[in-house]
Amino acid sequence: MNRLTLFIPFALCLALGAFLFFSLGKDPLDLPSALVDEAFPEFALEELHEPERQLSTDDFDGQVLLVNVWATWCFACRVEHPWLNSLAKEGVVIVGLNYKDHRKLAQDWLQERGDPYQFSIFDPRGVLGIDLGVYGAPETYLVDAEGIIRHRRVGVVDERVWNEEFRDLYQQLVDEANAE
Amino acid sequence: MQSNSLLGLGWLKQTTLMVLLLSGVASAVEDVVSFSDESLRPRYQQLLEELRCPKCQNQNLADSNSAISQDLRAEVQRLLEQDLTDAEIKEYLKNRYSEFILYRPEVNRATGFLWAAPVVLVLLGGLIILRLSRRKTPSQSEKVASSVRSVEQQQRLDKLLNSHKRGSE
Repeated sequence: MNRLTLFIPFALCLALGAFLFFSLGKDPLDLPSALVDEAFPEFALEELHEPERQLSTDDFDGQVLLVNVWATWCFACRVEHPWLNSLAKEGVVIVGLNYKDHRKLAQDWLQERGDPYQFSIFDPRGVLGIDLGVYGAPETYLVDAEGIIRHRRVGVVDERVWNEEFRDLYQQLVDEANAE
Repeated sequence: MQSNSLLGLGWLKQTTLMVLLLSGVASAVEDVVSFSDESLRPRYQQLLEELRCPKCQNQNLADSNSAISQDLRAEVQRLLEQDLTDAEIKEYLKNRYSEFILYRPEVNRATGFLWAAPVVLVLLGGLIILRLSRRKTPSQSEKVASSVRSVEQQQRLDKLLNSHKRGSE
C-alpha cells in the first residue's frame, strides 16, 4: 500500500496534464453567451436609410431571422459580407445592426457591396450593442419567431460556419414557425 | 500701448492653446470622468478593477483602452449616477456579458472548485508535512536504543581508528 501511495503525485500530475492538454484546443475568445435562450432585448432606434423610421423588436414581425452586427470600420465584416448577400438571395431574413458607425459611411458601404438586410438598425452609440453583450463586430444572432435568441456567433459567418452552426437550427426554427 | 496689449493677447492665446493641447494629451491617456457626487469615484475605480474587458481578456476595464472597455466604463459611470448598488451594476453587466465579465467570480457550482482549491491544497499540504515530520521524529525508546547502539559503534570505531593509526606508524 505504501508503494502505491508514492504514485499519487504522479497520477495527479497526469490528470493535471491531461486537463491542460485538452484545454489547449479551446478558443479563449469563445465566451459563454448570457443571452442565448433569452428574449432579444427591447430597443428603440432609427433605421439606417430612413432616419424618421423608428425600429423596435415589433419590426421582427414574428419572423425567424438573423441579426448581424456590423460596421464599416470592421475588417472581418467585409469578409463575411458576400456570404450574407448570398444568404439573403436564398431567402434568409437578415436584419442589420450597424454598430458605432457613421450613417453616411454605412449607407455608401451597403450601396457599394450590396445590401442583404431587410432593414438596418442604426446604433451609433452602441446602446443596443451593450444590451446584447456585443464586444466586437461582426456578431450574428439567430432569433426565432417568438423573438428568442437561439444562437450567437462572435466572428465571421461564412459558408462553413453557416453549415456547421446555423443551417440545421435555422431550418428547424423555420419549420416550427410554419407548423404553427 | 496698443501693440503692447496686442502682444499680451497673443501671449495669452499661445498659453491657452498650449494648455488646451496639453490637456488633450492628458485626456488621451486617461478618460476624464466627472461625477455629480465625488463619493462615487472610489466605487467607480473599484468596479473597473473588478470587471474584465470582454475583448482583451487579461485586462480589466481600468487597464484596457479598447473601444468596448471605453463604452463599458461609460456604462458603469452612467449606472453609478443612477444610484445602482455595486452588486446591481455587476448583475446588469453579467446579464449581458455573462459571468465572464466578473474578475471575482461568484461562488456557485461551476466556480466552487476554484474557490475551494486554495483552502483544500493548503490543508492537504499541511497534512502531508505533519505526517512526514511525525515519521521522522523518533520515539523515546528509539532514541535510547540508537544512543546505546552509538556507544557500541563508537567503541568499535575508536578501536578501528586506533589499529589503523598503529599500523601506519
